[in-house]
Amino acid sequence: MAIAERTAGTVSPPSVSVRPGWAGWLSTTDHKRIGIMYLVSAFVFFLIGGIEALLMRIQLGVPDNTFLTPDVYNQMFTMHGTTMIFLGLMPLNVGLGNYMVPLMIGARDMAFPRLNALSIWLFIFGGLMLYVSFFVGGAPNVGWFAYAPLTQKQFAPTAGVDYWIIGIGLTGVASIAGALNFIVTILNMRAPGMTLNRMPLFVWMQLIVAFILIFAFPVLTVGTIQLLFDRHFGTRFFLPNLGGDAVLWQHLFWFFGHPEVYILILPTMGIISEVLPTFSRKPIFGYAFVAYSGVAIGFLGFLVWAHHMFAVGLGPLANAFFGAASFLIAVPTGVKIFNWLATMWQGSLHLTTSMLYAIGFISMFVIGGISGITLASPPINVQQTDSYYVVAHMHYVLFGGAIQGIFAGIFYWFPKMTGRMLNERLGKWQFWLMLVSFNLTFFPMHLSGNEGMPRRIYTYESEMGWNLWNLLSTIGSLLLAVAFLLFLWNVLTSIRRGSIAPADPWDGATLEWSVSSPPPVYNFAVTPRVRSRRPLWDEKYPHLHEVNGSHETPAARLRGLLYDGAEGEMPMAMEPIHLPSPTYAPLIVSVGIMILGFGIIYLGDFGVIAASAMLVGLLIMATGILSWVRISHVDSPYQAH
Amino acid sequence: MSESSMTRPQAAVAHHTSLGVDNRKLGVWAFIGSETLFFATLITTYFVFAPVNRARPDFQDPRQFLDIELTTVLASILLASSLTMVLALSASKRGDRRWFTTWLLATVGLGLAFIGGQVYEFNHLYHEGLTLSSSLFGTTFFVLTGFHGTHVAIGVIWLLSVFFKVRAYPDSPENAMDVEIAGLYWHFVDLVWVAIFVLVYLI
Repeated sequence: MAIAERTAGTVSPPSVSVRPGWAGWLSTTDHKRIGIMYLVSAFVFFLIGGIEALLMRIQLGVPDNTFLTPDVYNQMFTMHGTTMIFLGLMPLNVGLGNYMVPLMIGARDMAFPRLNALSIWLFIFGGLMLYVSFFVGGAPNVGWFAYAPLTQKQFAPTAGVDYWIIGIGLTGVASIAGALNFIVTILNMRAPGMTLNRMPLFVWMQLIVAFILIFAFPVLTVGTIQLLFDRHFGTRFFLPNLGGDAVLWQHLFWFFGHPEVYILILPTMGIISEVLPTFSRKPIFGYAFVAYSGVAIGFLGFLVWAHHMFAVGLGPLANAFFGAASFLIAVPTGVKIFNWLATMWQGSLHLTTSMLYAIGFISMFVIGGISGITLASPPINVQQTDSYYVVAHMHYVLFGGAIQGIFAGIFYWFPKMTGRMLNERLGKWQFWLMLVSFNLTFFPMHLSGNEGMPRRIYTYESEMGWNLWNLLSTIGSLLLAVAFLLFLWNVLTSIRRGSIAPADPWDGATLEWSVSSPPPVYNFAVTPRVRSRRPLWDEKYPHLHEVNGSHETPAARLRGLLYDGAEGEMPMAMEPIHLPSPTYAPLIVSVGIMILGFGIIYLGDFGVIAASAMLVGLLIMATGILSWVRISHVDSPYQAH
Repeated sequence: MSESSMTRPQAAVAHHTSLGVDNRKLGVWAFIGSETLFFATLITTYFVFAPVNRARPDFQDPRQFLDIELTTVLASILLASSLTMVLALSASKRGDRRWFTTWLLATVGLGLAFIGGQVYEFNHLYHEGLTLSSSLFGTTFFVLTGFHGTHVAIGVIWLLSVFFKVRAYPDSPENAMDVEIAGLYWHFVDLVWVAIFVLVYLI
């Protein structure tokens, strides 16, 4: 790699060196380390969420089972949903984005490295707080959607719902801070020549998701704050007997909750838009369409929330509008599918594990998408809502889709992140086992759902006729667990003994493959110059660029050329490299916020103790912020002379 | 401080950005976008419940409780603070430290006066019988205006921290941007009050 070679000997290692051992992780501001922390912690939460699912499947394996009590079962499905969405899928995507986005756009770090560290700590503490609830009276047992008025104190007397509110609150702040960071990083820190229309599609999708996030999350935050006030401070937002409105909660929740679906799926669409071209040895088909249909999906995603509420009875006009808007989303999504197929068409396919997962994504996502389109029709929806059919649909989209997409990304980028290759043979075993057991688990749910099996029931009678489907689902889920153990084994062994990864193991087209594996702490010794959508293929195969053209519209090419021209005049001098110092400040601020959160939970019941805890939390926060301001001043580029 | 950056020439300071907008400024604009949804949701909730409140036996009439004179004064105070904020920024850009200090502290003072006025108002309403649990009006009114007041308080802390930072490092070229982004947030919080004042108090 030309760029990687230029690295050697030209740059003195930055004097702000990484602290050794645990201190290095606790005080890091490096986007790559933070990305790995996201991935590891999210995977741990993901496994816990998986165990919760397994417990539920064991309970449902045979009729009239008594393995779990009804209350524990309720806690399990609540925690399973909350964990998978907030602590599993979202942060897995954020972790890949954190690691890859700066590398893909030719930046040395995120725009706000300390804010980035704050995000990871708030996410971890938010997740831990949610799980503390198990030890202080019971986890939340009201479903991940927490419908009112079930969440009110008289129906949910334990602190579980309060921990849910605060835990989601902390991860929400982390997500908004992270999204702001992605927006500024992607819009403002692109390497010279990387116009928006030359950005890798994974970066495009992360940008769209960041915008969805900052507009969707505050609505959930307001809803949960109002719920907290209802539970502790005497308000009546969601108390129907006092004039409150339980349906308002549903509106607030799903105004967030539906865009959330796209927050989960769009990054994985970005992943496979990187993986498919690489392993088809062809540029993506219809780059602009894939990018802008992502924008369309993000926008339409805000107009369909009430399709989760057809059973409420909002009236025919509202149902017709939200049904039609939901159908509309199928258009950009459907064309994307054809874009991916056309990318593979006549390509020379390399069926690596990553590629298999990308193809698995397309096929399973299509099934989930089709059941989704039918569910968007109000009359059909009313028949199937709250049945296992919906469980099947949602898992085809979020497991068959999002999880498989994330695995495509992990097998694709693991060599870049660790410097070791994952074992491909084990990976392919894992893929096939997962594909078969996934379908064995979730396909029968279409059938049990259509035969009337409702969601969220802890057991059923033998005469209902659902025995076979449930037994198959349970067997499938146990096999799924084996597939995940295979992956865990693969990671643990490959990270020590896997073959050494070269800088560019897949012959990739994007900038992350131009630096060593794992990348140096400063990412790029020289800021790369970008002249097309596939900067690395340009460099490796200059003749292809001339044969095929740049696949840009004339106007875009002109803009790019202007940019190239201007930048081309600048001398390629070695720039000094400026990296953020490690600091504990974000960790300290997060600890303060967490203690504040504990105080808020108990403020209504133990006023004085809770208030003093809040005070302590605020003081810790203030200390952290002071040291944050100091280090940011010392780190400021202007202080270097 | 890295050794390599010791050689950095003043002109090549790493503030080149793809869009030409300062990173922190762009970040604060995006944050304001997010906050807009936060307050829009609270205000929507207020309006969803306004007619329900009217139809209930424990109806409390906003017009009986809300004192337009007091809140007009409060609104003027907050609007004036936006003016002093603009003047503080302009003084900071000129490098006029004396007037910068004056205008920034004036902004802080006006912000504190607003908070004081709100505390007085809440206290007064509480003694009149309007509480979080007395009616739907109380529920929605206090949560909406309370969160706005919290934002003003955070703004005051932000402005004070800018004040102390500029005092500690008077020559930092980042000072003007520090003032500007704190100002952006401050103007946004003022704007939210204009919306609340018109929608809740006047209509």
